[in-house]
Amino acid sequence: MSFSAAELELFIKPLLAAVLGSVVCGIVGVWVVLLNIPFVGVTMSHAAFAGAIFGLLLNTNPLLTALIFASGAALLIGPVAERADFDPGMALGVIFALTLGLAFLGIGLLRGPRTDVFRFIWGNILLVSWADVLLLGVSLLLIVGILLMLNKEISAVLFNREIARAVGIPERAIFFCLLILCGIVITLNLNTIGGLLIFSLVVSPASAAYQLTYRLKTMYLLSIGFALASSLLGLMLSYLLNLPSGAAIICVASLIFGLAFLFSRKRLSRLKI
Amino acid sequence: MIPAVEIKNVTVSYYEHIALHNVSLTIAPGEFVGIIGPNGAGKTTLLTTINGLGRIHSGTVRLFGETVNRRNIRRIRTQIGYVPQQLTVDPRVPFDLQEAVLLGVYGKIGLGRSITAQHRQKAQELMAYFRIDQLKHRPVGQISGGEMQKVALARALLQEPKILLLDEPTVNLDRRSITEIIRLIEEIYRRFNLTVVMVTHQIDYLPGVCNRVVLVKEAKIIWDGEKEAGVKPERLDELFSG
Repeated sequence: MSFSAAELELFIKPLLAAVLGSVVCGIVGVWVVLLNIPFVGVTMSHAAFAGAIFGLLLNTNPLLTALIFASGAALLIGPVAERADFDPGMALGVIFALTLGLAFLGIGLLRGPRTDVFRFIWGNILLVSWADVLLLGVSLLLIVGILLMLNKEISAVLFNREIARAVGIPERAIFFCLLILCGIVITLNLNTIGGLLIFSLVVSPASAAYQLTYRLKTMYLLSIGFALASSLLGLMLSYLLNLPSGAAIICVASLIFGLAFLFSRKRLSRLKI
Repeated sequence: MIPAVEIKNVTVSYYEHIALHNVSLTIAPGEFVGIIGPNGAGKTTLLTTINGLGRIHSGTVRLFGETVNRRNIRRIRTQIGYVPQQLTVDPRVPFDLQEAVLLGVYGKIGLGRSITAQHRQKAQELMAYFRIDQLKHRPVGQISGGEMQKVALARALLQEPKILLLDEPTVNLDRRSITEIIRLIEEIYRRFNLTVVMVTHQIDYLPGVCNRVVLVKEAKIIWDGEKEAGVKPERLDELFSG
């Protein structure tokens, strides 16, 4: 079976972007769900979005500025999220509002057509470039490499951060590393899913997986599987029904979460009690 | 003899709240020290200054002659077994009991290295010792409070620690579990030749092997001495009075 250059452009790139993006979102989602920091992730995705807008404004690579903003947000949010002396939710609310404010400020300052802004809001997987696919591939290698190398340390931090610290694991470094990797994944998926929707693809598949298993390895695999199913089914629906691809992917991801929740062995066994 | 723990003029504060004020305490190797006081007195803060989980504003902590600092704290923590106040674990967490025990050795093994068959064997022996080996594949969020404390003790002992820190190990347990946990703590102390520091506000549950008590009130040590003298009713009345 051979593809013409045009067919390659039309199908293979989006498909590869969907597969690579789903796998990284599936892995990072497990971290976000088990660390119980969904709002941190939402804030980071909006920071990445604001960064991309400022990239357009400054006429530089928007993904680079998005990465800087997302990493900056991670470094700011990390200490805030672990402070015990005040409510982290309140501080996160302020940072979240700030990232949105910066994004809209950037949009307001932009001159000329704002097509790219909408791409970063909604994403369009059909317009990804080979460079985007390559970056997603590199991010996948990075994340899988770190996961394999630091698996036991990451597991300990996901189980309980205080215990991880008490047994001599560099818990804060690992936590920040996870946050920054989360920022990288979000940034690299801005083009495909969009800044406003990407976080659903991080949280929903992992949350669905959390409903179904008591084993961490299985949770990773299920989360990746659900993210892949969401992306591929979403893409198919988008193609067949002429829907925005990012929105279709997120709707499928939410549907999978709903089904997992309804048929969760964990939830049903608790109801029986 | 070099003290196991030497806390000198330590102050810990969280903004305007002073959790410990200019506290000094020396513990000899092999001692079993009970730290007693009302809620909010600074007992847990005193305990966590030893393993560096509490952030010290001023003063020094030395363990076996070595001053604890940012550079050596992770290595020192691998030599300190810590049993925190009973954990609230989501019943749905994807970790089983065995994993929660094995975690104890992760810091000691070091970054990027895998646990060995020897570590698994040691964990198995400890789980058998605490009679929780039958539950090793059970989700750790679905075990009882007493079993959770045994997991914490097994995890701490897997580290092969020199010092064992126990933070309210009997809180929220039923009478039977309390008796069992106290018996196990006594056994561990004797069998593993440890220095033990145990925080409690339940004086009745201090193990018989505890020979020294430190009374903590309003961020200060108000009394330090032999257990029999420390737990006299008039002294405890003073400790727990408003």
